[in-house]
Amino acid sequence: MYSPFKMWNGTIRSAKKYACLRTTIRFSSVAKHKVCIVGSGPAGFYTAQHLIKNEPNLEIDMFEKLPVPFGLVRYGVAPDHADVKNVINTFTSIAKSGRLQFIGNVTIGKDVTLNDLRTAYDVVVLAYGAAQDRWLGIPGENFENVVSARKFVGWYNGLPEESNLQLNLNVEKAVIIGQGNVALDIARILLTPIEILKKTDIAQHALQALKESKIRNVKLVGRRGPLQVAFTIKELREMIKLPEVSNRIHLEDRDYIEACIPKTPRPRRRITELMLQSADTKQADVKDSSKQWELIFHRTPLEIVKSENQRSVKALVVGINRLKEDNWENPQIEDTGLRETIPCGMIIKSIGYKSLPLSDELPFDHIKGVIRQKEGRVEGMPGVFCSGWVASGPVGVIASTLQSGHDVGKRILDDLRKGICATSTVKPGRDVILSQLATRGVEPVTFVEWETLDNEERERGKNQKKPREKIIDVREMIDIAKKVQS
Amino acid sequence: MAASIRLTLSPCLRFIFRGWKFRNVTEYHSNVYNRIHNVYNFREFSKSPVYKSGEYEWQDPKSEDEVVNITFIDREGKRRPVRGKVGDNVLYLAHRHGIELEGACEASLACSTCHVYVQEEYYPKLSEPKEEEDDMLDMAPGLKPNSRLGCQIILSHELEGMVLKLPSITRNFYVDGHVPQPH
Repeated sequence: MYSPFKMWNGTIRSAKKYACLRTTIRFSSVAKHKVCIVGSGPAGFYTAQHLIKNEPNLEIDMFEKLPVPFGLVRYGVAPDHADVKNVINTFTSIAKSGRLQFIGNVTIGKDVTLNDLRTAYDVVVLAYGAAQDRWLGIPGENFENVVSARKFVGWYNGLPEESNLQLNLNVEKAVIIGQGNVALDIARILLTPIEILKKTDIAQHALQALKESKIRNVKLVGRRGPLQVAFTIKELREMIKLPEVSNRIHLEDRDYIEACIPKTPRPRRRITELMLQSADTKQADVKDSSKQWELIFHRTPLEIVKSENQRSVKALVVGINRLKEDNWENPQIEDTGLRETIPCGMIIKSIGYKSLPLSDELPFDHIKGVIRQKEGRVEGMPGVFCSGWVASGPVGVIASTLQSGHDVGKRILDDLRKGICATSTVKPGRDVILSQLATRGVEPVTFVEWETLDNEERERGKNQKKPREKIIDVREMIDIAKKVQS
Repeated sequence: MAASIRLTLSPCLRFIFRGWKFRNVTEYHSNVYNRIHNVYNFREFSKSPVYKSGEYEWQDPKSEDEVVNITFIDREGKRRPVRGKVGDNVLYLAHRHGIELEGACEASLACSTCHVYVQEEYYPKLSEPKEEEDDMLDMAPGLKPNSRLGCQIILSHELEGMVLKLPSITRNFYVDGHVPQPH
């Protein structure tokens, strides 16, 4: 059978050949189904990729709240992980394939409602991620210098809404609550020599603050043990290899861990062995350094304490716990009743993100912070799908989001073919939404306009030998993006 | 008429954009000869932009001596024979032939989206995976003892006839970090 996707990879000659075929098919085909995707991060783009590859008869629009695309690839991936950001090249070729229209600077739920989208499109895909903080629910969370990982990451990555985050890095000790990859990213950014950071696309305000930072010690505190850490080996290895920084991994139950290793699958085994090996390395002999990070296990945060007469944090009180049963995979923990006070001048809570419903009628699990869905189909809303973290919660690396995006794409096509989500009436698509935006005074940003902005950012980065200097102010972004048009 | 021009152009544009992606990579390989002869030192050279461009894989073999035939088994289980050549990077070769191997990080060892299973008897013929590759494989859904990253496999005559299987499409949408196992 003729497959339009072949052209992606064909030679020019075959592209021409298919072009002729394509013309005939287009003329004989019925009206296109209209799909919109909310969010322009990996979940949105990978869902779009599957749709574009497998169904020529779709008109796809992608809405984004900010004037700039790529979601967490731009605002989540750490600045020193430039290789991970290569995925932007793939997303760019999707956006420029002529099959997808990027519509930036539009907030769904404010400028346009979910209902508007459902009226205008056959299929609505929610891929807007998880942009809310989880709370520990302990006293002192609102003290100064207690921030969420989401805010901190947004701050160093130049996310507009976090650019004014009030932080005091003029302290020696920081505690990060949580032991996932985000926690390690933050620890790494806090401890990496400034000479390395200044060559990345880190936001200028963050670079300046980190240059003056007095932080010498970063403790990563987790409730469970070394066998349950959520971070992955690449990130751990990076920490261990940080120049001019030593580490201390507190292993209280080494014999138990060693006994468990043979039972674990390869990824868990390798990461645990790396921790054991690193704990064995005598740090002081290896490096003469003043900066250090520590992994502290079996500690549950109970209370944040502030200094007298000041609003700023002084210490974290933790309860010491132990694993309840011999089940390394998913053990329950219990409190030993013992308490410990960890002195620190800054606390970053890295305990996960959650999503918010962008509309009241959306079926939503408020405890997990995800949309209620089955195989990517939003419960009770035919034609509405969700993909990525808004569906699964904030877990997994880019490969998992890719797979989930493709899976959801497949289900969308299944439902379209079965006639579950497309009605016989032809949907109006983007025109009606765009005119609605115009009446509300919203200025949508196109992909071509983003590229103008992209060039400007790269240009500004050149002066400082950075890959780019991100523009922080939304108004400035829009002005630069629209410049070329005039 | 205007419509027909647009329709004829659109696939070409797509092709051009595809090329654009590669052309934008800062450096091209300067010397194909070097490249071929560096194949066995791949571990030392893997960070070189030479391997990132993917341009080399778009060149046809210059003679039959260069040809290395391999077979992909795609995610639906279909066999897809591919005529490659000495020095080809499996990831970019797959791209050229429309095989759905992603390669999100463009062979920079920062993701695991080009994960493949290598036919048992060929697995030992590949160079040992380096630490970074093993670290990335640990994050790959459906990791097996014969798992490798496609972007780290460079074709040589020794690999003539090799079969590479792509992990199958998952049947169950997974949540909460559940990692699906391949069938």
